[in-house]
Amino acid sequence: MKAAPFEYVRAGSIGEACEVLQREGDAVKVVAGGQSLIPMMAMRLVRPGWLLDINEIAALKFVAMDKDAVRIGACTRQSTVERDQELAARVPLLRQALAWVGHIQTRNRGTIGGSIVHADPCAELPLVARVLGARMVLRSTAAARTVEADAFFSGPMMTATDANECLEEVQWPAWGERRTGSAFTEISNRHGDFAMVSAAAQLSLGDDGRCVRAAFGLGGMGQTPLAFPQLAQRLVGTRLEDEIVKSVAHDAAAQSDPGSDLFATAAYRRHLAGVLAARVISAAHAQAGSKG
Amino acid sequence: MTTQFRYIGKHRRTKEDPRFVTGRGRYAADIALPGTKHVALVASPHPSARIVSISTDAALAAPGVLTVLTGDEFCARTDPLYVGVDAPKVTRYALARGVVRYAGEWVAAVVADTRALAEDAAELVEVEYESLPYVIDPEAALAPGTHLIHPDHGTNVLYRRKFVWGPVEEAFAKADHQLAFRATWGRSSTVPIETFGVTARWDPVAELLDVWASIQMPKYPDQTARALRLPGNAVRVHFDVDVGGSYGVKRGIKHTVLVGYLAKKLGVPVRLIEDRLENMRGGDMHGPDRFFDMQVAFDRDGTIRGMKMRAVDDVGAYAGRSPLQLGKPVGAICGPYQIHAIEYEPTSVMTNKTPQEAVRGFGQSPTNFAIERAMDRVARQLGMDRIELRRKNLIRRDQFPYLIPSGSSYDSGDYHTVLDKALEASGYPALVRMRDEARLAGRLAGIGVATCLEPSGGNASFELLFNPKNETTTWMDSCLVRVDLSGSITGVMGTSSSGQGHETLVSTVVGEILERDPATIRVIHADSLNALPSNSPVGSRMAIMLGGAAAGAARKIRDALVAIAAHNFECSPEDLEYRDGNVGIKGAPSKMLSWDQLVEIAHRKFHKMPPGLDPGLQAQFVWEVPTGGGVPTQDGRVQMYPCYAFEAHVVYVEIDPDTGKPSIRKYVCGHDCGVMISPDIVHGMTYGGIAHGIGASLYEKFAYTEDGQLASGTFMDYLIPSSMEVPDIHIVDHCTPSPLTTFGQKGSGEAGYLGAPAAIANAINDALDPLGASIDTLPMSHLALWETITKATKM
Amino acid sequence: MSEELYPIEVEVNGVQRTARVPARLSLVDWLREDLRLTGTHVGCEHGICGACSVMLDGEPVRSCLMFAFQANGHRVTTVEGLAQPDGSMSVLQDSFCQAHALQCGYCTPGMLISAQGLLNTNPRPTDLQIREAIGGNLCRCTGYQQIVDAVKQAASRLSKETAS
Repeated sequence: MKAAPFEYVRAGSIGEACEVLQREGDAVKVVAGGQSLIPMMAMRLVRPGWLLDINEIAALKFVAMDKDAVRIGACTRQSTVERDQELAARVPLLRQALAWVGHIQTRNRGTIGGSIVHADPCAELPLVARVLGARMVLRSTAAARTVEADAFFSGPMMTATDANECLEEVQWPAWGERRTGSAFTEISNRHGDFAMVSAAAQLSLGDDGRCVRAAFGLGGMGQTPLAFPQLAQRLVGTRLEDEIVKSVAHDAAAQSDPGSDLFATAAYRRHLAGVLAARVISAAHAQAGSKG
Repeated sequence: MTTQFRYIGKHRRTKEDPRFVTGRGRYAADIALPGTKHVALVASPHPSARIVSISTDAALAAPGVLTVLTGDEFCARTDPLYVGVDAPKVTRYALARGVVRYAGEWVAAVVADTRALAEDAAELVEVEYESLPYVIDPEAALAPGTHLIHPDHGTNVLYRRKFVWGPVEEAFAKADHQLAFRATWGRSSTVPIETFGVTARWDPVAELLDVWASIQMPKYPDQTARALRLPGNAVRVHFDVDVGGSYGVKRGIKHTVLVGYLAKKLGVPVRLIEDRLENMRGGDMHGPDRFFDMQVAFDRDGTIRGMKMRAVDDVGAYAGRSPLQLGKPVGAICGPYQIHAIEYEPTSVMTNKTPQEAVRGFGQSPTNFAIERAMDRVARQLGMDRIELRRKNLIRRDQFPYLIPSGSSYDSGDYHTVLDKALEASGYPALVRMRDEARLAGRLAGIGVATCLEPSGGNASFELLFNPKNETTTWMDSCLVRVDLSGSITGVMGTSSSGQGHETLVSTVVGEILERDPATIRVIHADSLNALPSNSPVGSRMAIMLGGAAAGAARKIRDALVAIAAHNFECSPEDLEYRDGNVGIKGAPSKMLSWDQLVEIAHRKFHKMPPGLDPGLQAQFVWEVPTGGGVPTQDGRVQMYPCYAFEAHVVYVEIDPDTGKPSIRKYVCGHDCGVMISPDIVHGMTYGGIAHGIGASLYEKFAYTEDGQLASGTFMDYLIPSSMEVPDIHIVDHCTPSPLTTFGQKGSGEAGYLGAPAAIANAINDALDPLGASIDTLPMSHLALWETITKATKM
Repeated sequence: MSEELYPIEVEVNGVQRTARVPARLSLVDWLREDLRLTGTHVGCEHGICGACSVMLDGEPVRSCLMFAFQANGHRVTTVEGLAQPDGSMSVLQDSFCQAHALQCGYCTPGMLISAQGLLNTNPRPTDLQIREAIGGNLCRCTGYQQIVDAVKQAASRLSKETAS
């Protein structure tokens, strides 16, 4: 399984990378961690004319704490993010999701940006991006633009990134509410496998124990990872009683249109979605509640 | 039991481990001969098609390409590969000729300077196909009027026979109860982490083909030579190649004939290392794909009166030995139970799928699964405890040797004790309480018990049983031991190893007999030209056969040393005692010849040698499998394997009722393989066998789409269990020695795998029982479990 | 038309290696075929089995999922580089022998890399942490039991060494 031949360029800066993209357009595939791209090249499912390596661009490797968000450079390794304690305090869903992403070895090499741009509808980081409303900064030779998660993921393995653009950083909103809890779970065949269905939730409680803010989403249930802001609104103001949680979870599953494959039928996925959505909302609730 | 041994049965480091932990293993892909060229395959995308044309021009013009070989030339110049049953029209070659019969079948071979260039060129080979009808389902393949995989053979059935042993109809007529069900074993295989690889080099002056391969196969050099139309001594297989796991399947005979042919044709060394895609789809290493229609007749007190077993196995589009995987279980067809009337109807059928190869146990694990599911179903119907039912029917320790209806005699065993030990080690009463509490808390929890046999010794009389034209009853093995002039000992074995620790086995046994430290004994692998005959490590036979041969050769050397001393002391051997390699007169400590002195006499001092004793100090031992040589009776009874190891598994599982996700929480295996020559090695293989069984029962399947495509052809879809899926496993040993072997050892290479799927299936079913649900199809995937639960709870 | 070659400089097992490699040559193939460091193995070439594991700048990665040129300027450690400076086996390698944590040896180099990576950052791993650390290394021989035992043993031995 040797990749088909390609031309290789190692960009030293984001500017250089953008120049290559501008020049060669569709013929270029950007390689960061390579954990998703290189297997596809080995199987010759993907055969770029050009491979643009952005691993050596130092400016793409950073974790920066802003007031309302954490900004992560596109080439930051997943394992770096996983180990960052301050980040875990500000955007806890990232560490929770990363525990489900592949294996230690793949996280040592795989990048935050790579997973986002790969846009697998079953992947964990895109789901977190949708649930939190992450913002993707795309750079080209001409300019930089910021695209919200809702608009960024356009289909399975498809994003709003133009052929001449490179993802530069991902901005992850950090919630300021004191009593915030979050949870991530998924069902996969084996530890580290692609999820059949995944679920993520984050919510905040007021001092009286009522929900003041909520967000949740499902992966593996459609063409892109799904967020349910309107259903989440139904949780606000409630005490997150079992029936309400189950009802919201059930409706989220019912609203989705999952596919069938070797391991999961649409019916199974829909069932899992209801179960997992309820579980993460309850777990997020418990975590928020534990914060005095 | 092992206190009488000095080295046998002790925890000792193996000889093999040091080279592997330092990265000094020498596997097929590590061998780099100068000037080697590389093969990539062109495979059929269709499950069934006529090859209209093949255009190789573009491929030949690609950079670095030496040749593109197709079936027309290859099949005309080589002979078809061996088929284990009488089916001369089912011909099999490495490359298709005229038609393709499964998606993934090799159609052309490209040889180029590098593997990458060969793959580039393979994409340029243009094959025009005309699709033909195909059949994927084995029952459809059996139906009249269906598409014939090999039209000249006239049917898709490769083998079918109904064996009736004992008064079956009478048993069924007189029994209080009957039950019937189907048990289905999904297509899985051993899938070693190393794929098959082979390098061949032809020397035109010596007229010799050298072969280095990742091989575990009886008669491999002979079959290679035969297919290439070479005399046997024109092929030299190097058995000192390390094999990265096999567990039966590494029989790359088609790869080898292909590469051998290319090497001869091109005059350069040629190498084929399967990539994973080629391996999964076109390597012909799938495993049993079988369903059993079971009928059991039993009395209200739990006595099993009779059993009818109809087994249909889908071997894929071609057959090598694969149909015989229905034959080996004949040797343990009633499992460990006293069942006196058995009807067994095996059918081997072809479909347009990747062919099968020998998988660990050669069909015994699927059979054990079916038998154990039957036992649990009987217990359930009677409202009887499953363990009590087994106790009642298990062969008792005072009944050995025990002759089973199909003609095999079980050598020894103490099944009740091993079962008791496993139950005790599992804390069974506490386990039951834990299960019951889990159930009260709304969880699905179950305990599974399986008591299964591991036939060992490799007397493959199923070959003759299934094909009377194949009059083969010789299943020998051998060992050469030599002591050199310096007094160092070397053992020589004549086959390859794939992780079973044969070098440790031989050195331990030789050290035991000669009373010399095994750490100082070197064991090497001969090649096929200078090896003594061997039947390869199959059928859990090497501890018995190679161990026995090594012991036999070592004994001859010991006897020679005693004879030399007797001659020099002018006394009789009975007056002497042998200790640590020195020989002295009993009761006269000063009259002793040391090891070094004896070795010197043997090698250099002919004037001091007893007449008739060969100079030098070496011995070979070649022997037939104990109880071998038997020929089947008219009704198909024959002694099969000589020694029967036994395993009792106790497994606790929980299933998340909301997701169908299973989880093995406790795993205990009671294991009795007689005397263990190296306990660490035996335990290791048992753990591995159980892990393998976990895969087969919960995760692994070569799944096919309706249009005949392999849907699980990568490691993303073919799910091998990792360290997170395999729990801690606790093994409890017991030892009932075999009366047939040198030290009482039985074979154990298939341990764990032969009982794990049965035990896990029983545990899952116990967990589902409160719902009134059951599942008898493997693998029991998350989806399958959820669907089973959902169906039951809807009713 | 031959493929263009790219110059690389990689520190492999402590030694600076320079080479000119085709773009599509994977790191594992370069190590094995060009440098003849055949201790690292190929099992799947699509990043699942872990037999190809090496350390990149001290952290375990899958070398089948890197091209050789990507290692330029970095440090690679293979199983051949795990030995002590005097050439003797590392404590972990020795523990693997003591516990018989291998049979065919094919997954072993990858297991050692992953396990060593764990011990380098977590000297007192729990059983679960050990299993997670090797969760991306598939083995068909051992059922993982004796591997977990070996890593525990090595951790214990190393902590005694540190203490003394």
